[in-house]
Amino acid sequence: MSLIRDNASVLASAIAEGEVSSEEVTRAHLDRIAAVDERVHAFLHVDSDGAIAAAKRVDAKRAAGEKLGPLAGVPLALKDVLAMKGQPTTAGSKILEGWIPPYDAAVVERLRAADIIILGKTNMDEFAMGSSTEHSAYGPTHNPWDLDRIPGGSGGGSAAALAAFEAPLAIGTDTGGSIRQPAAVTATVGVKPTYGAVPRYGLIALASSLDQVGPCARNVLDTALLHAAIAGHDARDSTSINAPVPDVVAAALNADVRGMKVGLVRELSGAGYQAGVQQRFDEAVAILTELGAEVIEVSCPHFEYALAAYYLILPSECSSNLARFDGMRYGLRVGDDGSRSVEEVMALTREAGFGPEVKRRIMIGTYALSSGYYDAYYGQAQKVRTLITRDFTEAFEKVDVLISPTAPTTAFKIGEKVDDPVAMYLNDIATIPVNLAGNCAMSLPIGLAPEDGLPVGLQIMAPPMGDDRLYRAGAAVEAALVDRWGHLLIEEAPAL
Amino acid sequence: MTNISRADVAHLARLARLAIPEDQLDHYAEQLDVILQSVARVGEVAAADVPAMSHPVPLLNVFRDDVARPGLDREAAMAAAPAIEDDRFRVPRILDEE
Repeated sequence: MSLIRDNASVLASAIAEGEVSSEEVTRAHLDRIAAVDERVHAFLHVDSDGAIAAAKRVDAKRAAGEKLGPLAGVPLALKDVLAMKGQPTTAGSKILEGWIPPYDAAVVERLRAADIIILGKTNMDEFAMGSSTEHSAYGPTHNPWDLDRIPGGSGGGSAAALAAFEAPLAIGTDTGGSIRQPAAVTATVGVKPTYGAVPRYGLIALASSLDQVGPCARNVLDTALLHAAIAGHDARDSTSINAPVPDVVAAALNADVRGMKVGLVRELSGAGYQAGVQQRFDEAVAILTELGAEVIEVSCPHFEYALAAYYLILPSECSSNLARFDGMRYGLRVGDDGSRSVEEVMALTREAGFGPEVKRRIMIGTYALSSGYYDAYYGQAQKVRTLITRDFTEAFEKVDVLISPTAPTTAFKIGEKVDDPVAMYLNDIATIPVNLAGNCAMSLPIGLAPEDGLPVGLQIMAPPMGDDRLYRAGAAVEAALVDRWGHLLIEEAPAL
Repeated sequence: MTNISRADVAHLARLARLAIPEDQLDHYAEQLDVILQSVARVGEVAAADVPAMSHPVPLLNVFRDDVARPGLDREAAMAAAPAIEDDRFRVPRILDEE
């Protein structure tokens, strides 16, 4: 076996059987990080001591004959937007440089309870605002498929850590595609669970009505196992759904789409989508048909306005959420020389601590919420949000899942779009509708675009609390492709 | 439909507590204008009778039982403070001198 290339479920079995220790697996990943991360820059912070101590505890539990969970002892990369007690947590921003949270996020508590080993914190666009990880205050992450290209964003660090074999599991967050688009451009798997399925307690908020924490891995089953470990009600998040979590692991093992009705969203392909992306998507549609699914075309006419609605709703919520970063109780404080007022110190702190994309979005949100503009911008965007949700509801009356390409293009070059916000926003065109409605969706790899040899992702979307459908369909497509290729697509990534 | 001026950016920056330097106001004005023009498309949708949606799940106030439970101790809560005085957060003056 290969300690760094094997999947999480394989590693967990080997650890449970005593074939290898969690400490050996953890050290192998720390060594890998030491060897490649200077070039990839997936991690902002590596907690070697904490990871090894946690691995030793798992090994001791096993030696004592305690029953271990399905991912016990397996290492994971954690997006730096989740609070982890005693470890730096920056959300990719200078305003939180050096901040050490005094508590664990709910998801971190659950990872620890599942005996999953947290290797460290991964890079991201500042406060999760971006589609390329170039907006991190700590420099970009590089795509392991081509180090000159972006790994997607905002969770580019988590996706790159998986694709570079620095971790077999990762946690991301998805507000408009920040799990799915990085998965698509790195040939990894990522799921945005149903809104409210995974608690947000301890997640640094971007847009509270859109943010959702989710699992990332290199195959569908590992993603399902991680999903099961983090999902479920938590009373500390008032939007957390108090209902049983769909059995996503059983669905991933089932992998049968015979009789499943699949809707191809007319508005999410064709014009604006790269030729090779469209080609691989068409092939995935053919695979679903061969596997016994019934694929029909459906129309969601208001999706055309999803991007515009999203880029009003998100900045509005973030302008309010980020007001808490004022330099008074924690984080950066600038200009407090005794002569300045509290407002002056706040403004100087925020000017110095936030990057340009964060400032743009705060100002757009401030504008959209201001008197005289509220109805035409934020109010109208909320109405369009209703219409988009209705489009989904109507579509799911006809089909079990919807599909589209995850992103319109493969990974672009670092620097190519960084100063053109509107071009950057277009990356999210296919992923955003799901966040607006609160549905769940998966991205999984379906091949390389012929023109550039870079990964393409398939997006599968399901209704709220229909997360199991994603895994059933995703696992079926993955199995068919592995049959064809003889391995997962990630195995074709260039050696680093 | 929009036309964001330098003065508009200065106003937004003041509302948002961002000390944007004078020499960057024009650059932000240009970018905010492009963004606002592209998102103004929401106005093309006829939605007068459509209810606004603020959240994907019904927002209900959730109460927990009124039982005392442990919280962060003072030391942990203050550990990240930029300035402390007598076990309290020290902040710059909040009132003008006069």
